[in-house]
Amino acid sequence: MSEPLAIETFKINKTYGIGRTEVLALREASLQVQKGQVVALLGPSGSGKSTLLTIIGLVIPPTSGQVRIDGNLVVDGSSITTNLRTFRRRHIGFVFQKANLIPFLTASENVEIALQLNGVVGQRARARARELLVEFGVGERSYDLPFRLSGGEQQRVAIARALANSPQVILADEPTAALDSQRARQVMELFAKIAHDQNAGVIVVTHDHRFLEIFDKIYEMEDGVLHERVSVQ
Amino acid sequence: MNLAFKDVRQNLGRFGLTALGIGMMLMMVMGMAGIYRGLIEDAILVVDRIGGDIWVVQKNTRGPFAEISRVPKTLVYRVQAVPGVDSAREFVFHTIQRQVDGKSLRMSVLGLSWPTDKGEWLPLISGRALSRNHFEIIVDRTLGFRLDDRILLGKDIYRVVGITSGMVSSGGDGIAVVTVSDSQAIQFDTVGEALRLERSARERRATDVDIFLNQPNLMEQLSLPASSLPAVSSPQISAVIARLAPEANVEKVKAVIANWGDVSVYTRDGQEELLLQGMVDKARRQLGMFRMLLTIIAAVVMALILYTMTLDKLHSIALLKLLGAPDSTILMMLVQQAIVLGTTGYAFALLIGRQLFPYFPRRVVITTPDLLQLFVIVLGISVLSSLLGIWRAFRVKPTEALMG
Repeated sequence: MSEPLAIETFKINKTYGIGRTEVLALREASLQVQKGQVVALLGPSGSGKSTLLTIIGLVIPPTSGQVRIDGNLVVDGSSITTNLRTFRRRHIGFVFQKANLIPFLTASENVEIALQLNGVVGQRARARARELLVEFGVGERSYDLPFRLSGGEQQRVAIARALANSPQVILADEPTAALDSQRARQVMELFAKIAHDQNAGVIVVTHDHRFLEIFDKIYEMEDGVLHERVSVQ
Repeated sequence: MNLAFKDVRQNLGRFGLTALGIGMMLMMVMGMAGIYRGLIEDAILVVDRIGGDIWVVQKNTRGPFAEISRVPKTLVYRVQAVPGVDSAREFVFHTIQRQVDGKSLRMSVLGLSWPTDKGEWLPLISGRALSRNHFEIIVDRTLGFRLDDRILLGKDIYRVVGITSGMVSSGGDGIAVVTVSDSQAIQFDTVGEALRLERSARERRATDVDIFLNQPNLMEQLSLPASSLPAVSSPQISAVIARLAPEANVEKVKAVIANWGDVSVYTRDGQEELLLQGMVDKARRQLGMFRMLLTIIAAVVMALILYTMTLDKLHSIALLKLLGAPDSTILMMLVQQAIVLGTTGYAFALLIGRQLFPYFPRRVVITTPDLLQLFVIVLGISVLSSLLGIWRAFRVKPTEALMG
């Protein structure tokens, strides 16, 4: 029996507005991400990439279609088959264009909060946060508040937070947009490493075509229509 | 990890100033309760400390504190003769306002029945009780005098021999204690010119009356002040206080005296009741209304502050939701923050109040039950005022974390 896919969407449609203001943001978008794969989602602004990502991340519901995470059918059209917030907490890690750290928590606490929400508390949470921050090269900034960190450091803390609970799915929305070329490459390589090491499925929304060789699969989106690029080159 | 505490830590300055502002408001609420307690204590203080069991006053009056009462001095002997009465004494109480050393001095004068009552019961903080029938005075420290100061009241100079603490009238004026005769001299003091005019008018009228022509000795009496003429002067003491024998029944004694047609009689409790219902009740209700309004205002201000603080955190709240935080985590953060804000404000109110209240012109009495009651109210309004913020926080969608 084959191993379940990390992420699978089937004929996702998403419509915003009604009547004359209706906008079809996604048209039958289907994709598959295997465990250990890092997948790029390319496309111009407004093409529906972020909408698809938030649907996969169980942040917004689709108008129709299905979402399976690690083999579990979590969204089936308009019906929700699980507690999305709990499921998201346990199975999905997010990384955003802006680091989106909680401003009143230190770097370490920003990672700890993700652990704490999953029931890992106290010394265990602190040790795990420290381990991740050291791994991503920001261990010495553990006790700094976000405003004291550079953009690159903030992004690495955000990645550490996304990985804190060893999620099966990592969704990154233009994570390198605020970084210089060298940092951007480091972050992209990091996603590839995480996907391979943790056997997780990673989707990275990006405009950046410089690092496409890193990805195992590339999807392109235009006007809400998703298709897979045949060759990653 | 306590998110409320972490947020407060990050915005300590702003939080501290907000708590201080709320604390000042709570201090006013606390002060209102304290002023009310002070009013009550002041009102019943004299009655309590004098310790008479029965108060005999002018018929149909609620004297001598709630309204003016005048009874003849001879009433003392009548009261003393009632079975069950151990002792009876005169009581004079009136308020004067004079210029002393160029400053306006307002004081309530309490006359003691010399020599039976020398004021040994007074709460002296320095000096002694009265040792002479005349020209000695014991003053409350709120009047600002020191031992051995000389005070000119009327035509006489009084030496301060004792200082009391907490002896103020229900009007908040410090009480000065002298003998009954001195208190009357102070009360009925008339300037020389007025005396001369009164005397000459009296002599002029006397020339038309046969009795003065037939008894020239009476003419000498006319030269006395009106207050010293027994036949024509009005009664000059405020009340008679009786102390009952240990075995006496207060109600029975009261019933005997109440049968007399010229006086009304009150027990000590009755006198206190009169003071509280008559003099303090309106003030109590007024202060109560003010206190309630201030509490509501404090709650509204707290709600707005907490709402603004929540608005500042909307992005973090959306992010927490995106990370999968349950509503209870967000609820706890906001409620805890509200409670921390409320209790910090309460602590500020207590600290600042304790420093400021002693300088208030009227006594502010802060009691533990009042403090506990206010603390519970603060906890209540903290939770209530956080509801608006919680309502807003619950409406935040995780997608808002992805915006901007």
